[in-house]
Amino acid sequence: MDKGKAVMGMGRRWAVDFTDNSTSPPSRDIPDPLGFTRASQDQDDSTLSREKKNAEANWKSQKAWEVAQAPFKNLMMMGFMMWMAGSTVHLFSIGITVSALWQPVSALQGVGKVFEPYKDSKVDLLGPKLVFIALNLVGLGLGVWKLNTLGLLPTHASDWVSSLPPAQEVEYSGGGFF
Amino acid sequence: MAIRAFLLCIILFSSSYTSFALYEDQVGLMDWHQQYIGKVKKAVFQTQKAGRKRVVVSTEENAIAALDLRHGEIFWRQILGVNDVIDEIDIALGKYVVTLSSGGSVLRAWNLPDGQMVWESFLLGSKPSRSLLLTPTNFGADKDNVILAYGNGCLHAVSSIDGDILWKKELAENGIDVQHLVHPEEGDTIYALGIGEASQFEAYVINVRNGELLKHSSKGFTGGFSGDLSLPTSDKVVVLDSSKSSLVSISFVGGEIKFQEFQISDLQGYSGEAVLLPSKLAGMVAIKIDRSLLFVKLKDEGTLEVVDTVPHVEAVSDSLSFAEGQTAFGLIQQDGAKIQLTIKSSNDWKSHFLKESIEFDQQRGLVHKVFINNYVRTDRTYGFRALIVMEDHSLLLLQQGAVVWNREDALASIIDVTTSELPVQKDGVSVAKVEHNLFEWLKGHLLKLKATLMLATPDDVAAVQRIRLQSAEKSKMTRDHNGFRKLLIVLTRAGKLFALHTGDGRIVWSRLLNAFHKSGTCESPRGIKLHQWQVPHHHALDENPSVLVVGTCGHNSDASGILSFVDAYKGEELNYLAPVHSITQIIPLPFTDSTEQHLHLIIDSEGYGHLYPRTPEAVDIFQKELGNIYWYSVDINNNLLKGHVVKKNCKEEIADDYCFESSDLWSVIFPSDSEKIIATSTRKFSEVVHTQAKVNADQDVLYKYISKNLLFLATVTPKAMGDIGSVTPDDSWLFVYLVDTITGRVLLRMSHHGCQGPVHAVFSENWVVYHYFNLRAHRYEMSVVEIYDQSRADNKDVLKLVLGKHNLSAPVSSYSRPEIMTKSQSYFFTHSVKAVAVTSTAKGITSKQLLIGTIGDQVLALDKRFLDPRRSLNPTQAEKEEGIMPLTDTLPIMPQAFVTHALKVEGLRSIIAIPAKLESTTLIFAHGVDLFFTRLAPSKTYDSLTDDFNYALLLLTIVALVISIFVTWIWSERKDLQEKWR
Repeated sequence: MDKGKAVMGMGRRWAVDFTDNSTSPPSRDIPDPLGFTRASQDQDDSTLSREKKNAEANWKSQKAWEVAQAPFKNLMMMGFMMWMAGSTVHLFSIGITVSALWQPVSALQGVGKVFEPYKDSKVDLLGPKLVFIALNLVGLGLGVWKLNTLGLLPTHASDWVSSLPPAQEVEYSGGGFF
Repeated sequence: MAIRAFLLCIILFSSSYTSFALYEDQVGLMDWHQQYIGKVKKAVFQTQKAGRKRVVVSTEENAIAALDLRHGEIFWRQILGVNDVIDEIDIALGKYVVTLSSGGSVLRAWNLPDGQMVWESFLLGSKPSRSLLLTPTNFGADKDNVILAYGNGCLHAVSSIDGDILWKKELAENGIDVQHLVHPEEGDTIYALGIGEASQFEAYVINVRNGELLKHSSKGFTGGFSGDLSLPTSDKVVVLDSSKSSLVSISFVGGEIKFQEFQISDLQGYSGEAVLLPSKLAGMVAIKIDRSLLFVKLKDEGTLEVVDTVPHVEAVSDSLSFAEGQTAFGLIQQDGAKIQLTIKSSNDWKSHFLKESIEFDQQRGLVHKVFINNYVRTDRTYGFRALIVMEDHSLLLLQQGAVVWNREDALASIIDVTTSELPVQKDGVSVAKVEHNLFEWLKGHLLKLKATLMLATPDDVAAVQRIRLQSAEKSKMTRDHNGFRKLLIVLTRAGKLFALHTGDGRIVWSRLLNAFHKSGTCESPRGIKLHQWQVPHHHALDENPSVLVVGTCGHNSDASGILSFVDAYKGEELNYLAPVHSITQIIPLPFTDSTEQHLHLIIDSEGYGHLYPRTPEAVDIFQKELGNIYWYSVDINNNLLKGHVVKKNCKEEIADDYCFESSDLWSVIFPSDSEKIIATSTRKFSEVVHTQAKVNADQDVLYKYISKNLLFLATVTPKAMGDIGSVTPDDSWLFVYLVDTITGRVLLRMSHHGCQGPVHAVFSENWVVYHYFNLRAHRYEMSVVEIYDQSRADNKDVLKLVLGKHNLSAPVSSYSRPEIMTKSQSYFFTHSVKAVAVTSTAKGITSKQLLIGTIGDQVLALDKRFLDPRRSLNPTQAEKEEGIMPLTDTLPIMPQAFVTHALKVEGLRSIIAIPAKLESTTLIFAHGVDLFFTRLAPSKTYDSLTDDFNYALLLLTIVALVISIFVTWIWSERKDLQEKWR
């Protein structure tokens, strides 16, 4: 502040004060802009009717359910894509499977964020969240299943012995034609 | 694990449509080919009236070659079969090279300018005899076309125009050994001279026109004869009598035999045996005693006179007649590295035309043969050149006191090959000299870029090709990252050791080993084997690697042995032991001592094992393993396979810390009336196997039975030992065995009815591939046997495997007698085979290819996938994905699969695969009369960029991208700013 003033004093024509005054009471001499009444904002809760509030909560929970069910559509599409990709290992099927695994994982990581807009004391988000998680887990399962059908999961004995070096031999023998 | 599976899949896919073929411009990039002819036996010069002066030679490798006299290059070369030994060679009509081969039964004429065969005649006779060839030059004009060939006891007159046999005359009825065919200066008669069984001289006078026997006279000599007849003039022969103290001159003009005997007092003073040299000297004979030569002149009246005694004579040439009545012969005296060539006149002993002293490289041994030829100098005097054949089989041309050219023809007869790594590149070693500077590098790559973008002119293309072929990178004398540069150490039949650089095939060093010099105790030294002796790689890096050369002094098994240790970098013979105990087996042991010397156990003919190196440390290491060291012997003569265990130190006559006794453990006796051993094969000592499991398409695991102690053995019924076609299919059986050489347990016995040898087999990992002849199908067949360990098959619990609770990597003993399962399949194969080998890589991950040396002296690379017993007529989708081919009755031969592309490795004997450091790549060395080296990637080079990868293009792209990033960034900044100001 002081610095700003000092600069002004040195002959600057204008300066911008970035100090946010919106939250502090209008104790200073700067008047509120035209049409802005600090009082109306403060009195919001009291002025809104109860019905309006309920409607919003309903709307929020409805939206939350919609969001929770969104992975289902995704799941269907993923299933279709997987079916299209076939069961042989190539670039397309690998890409599909990786995305099928990645999408649920990233979605699960951001569960909180997805439902943040619908956070409300009156809205119970547990149900939608559980559905969302369950659906994503199903998606993940689908991805893993796909991985397995591609033969990329180490579920067979062959996956664990494929690079096992030959056993050493105790005896040693050499020779040939006498 | 999944990643590995995925990578494997990628490898499989990329290799599923491999083409091994080279593009035309890739020839010579990583392969080299060298042509040799072998040790020269006979030489005929062709210098008169010829534009290109040449010498035609026949060699011990059964090659006929025309060499350029100026540079020693091969104009043309023809190589006959192994059994078609060339006996005589001559030039007829001035345009044909005539050869008599196969003991005098095949006469061939070759076109002198280009080596094409003009005609071939088979001369049949009753019994083997020596073979003689006479191409008379001075018959009348109408008879100028008769060649007289004697072989198999019959004299044949053959037309030199078309090879027609004009007449035939049997001469050797009574066991007469005909030694000379003589055509006197004039007349239509020829003489055939020989010695009969009862030491009588025999002379036949025969009419050349019709073969009519004009006269046959025979006369006994009381003193008897020893050795061969020598023919100094066309009317008299000279021979030593049986006491070797006197010479007998025999005159046979007109069939009248007259003997004249001369005591030679000079012969008495020497201790050695007198030998009459076969050289044809005009009017003279030479007798060799103790490295000295006695020249004896034959006078017109038949009397003999000793002219001179010359010491240290190594070789004498035949006499050469050049101007009217002038004859001369060459004489080589040798004293250490100094060679003295003397050309003497036959007419006048006192004078000599030439006396030159030449000093050269000592690594050539003694002179074995000399051939001389004359030329007319610019001042119209006569000059002489001499072609000499050295002890190390090399061929040199001497002219005007200098070696004009030399050929290292010992390389035509390689016995064994091993490799050595090159020295590590150190700081301070000037590499800059060989490497291009950056500008040239960039220039080369820009040219390449131009070629890639189709902008290059033909000159540019040629420049690019030149840069690629002469890449200094490949012939550097230091180790490279990929392990492509190595030294090939080869042991030749001459006892000379060569080191060849794998980059360009040049000879880095060569050495005639001292251990292989002839001496009183060692009559006929010959090399047998070459082993890596010291391979420093861990803590002895400052030492040079060395190789062990093993040889014997004779051909029987109890001849004393020779061991020589040679530095692989310098070629110096570090040490040699000769003569030592006899050598029948050399067993490299899988142990090394602290200086990285490999332990070797050498078995002598008594069955004692001798440990090398002879140090207490080696004995300590060996003592620890005693009881686990076994050896086996295959006795072909007695049809016996025997196993022995090395027990304890020798007690009896040889009390020696390094001598070990062994006791017999088991023996497999094959009934000699029904089976004869014809071939064996084992896994290569140095082979590396990546894994013990084989995974099928349906995720099933098969455990390979991988044992170094397995022996593949093939026997046939005794009747089927002969050539193909000599036995009916019903009488012919081929049996194959797999025997464990520790316990003697026969793991597998299979029979092929109606099949016979020769069997060529190759054993690798857990499979054997063998090649034989099927008499019923009239075709060659190849079979594959894969061996799996059934006792490990139930290791299928994933949890146990994950936790490592399995015994799959525990050491195994052959005494545990694991259950095995074999799978096999057979296929027809079009070619007959000279040698079979298999590629080997550093870690054994890369899929394998069989290297088949075909009868046409080419090397064919055949994927092991074609020899897979799991092939079926209709493979399932999963099997197809795994790379299993649909079953066909014949193995496919793709013309592109010949690794020798358009070249031939004449007289192919063996193919050797050496792993490079780069896993995908294996180095192939094929040798016979020719040498061929190349680099092979059985599954393509999946782990490196190809040589012709354009780094300039990559660099350019990266630079362009970086620049464009900067440009667009600045651009967007500016636009943002403008946006804000708006």
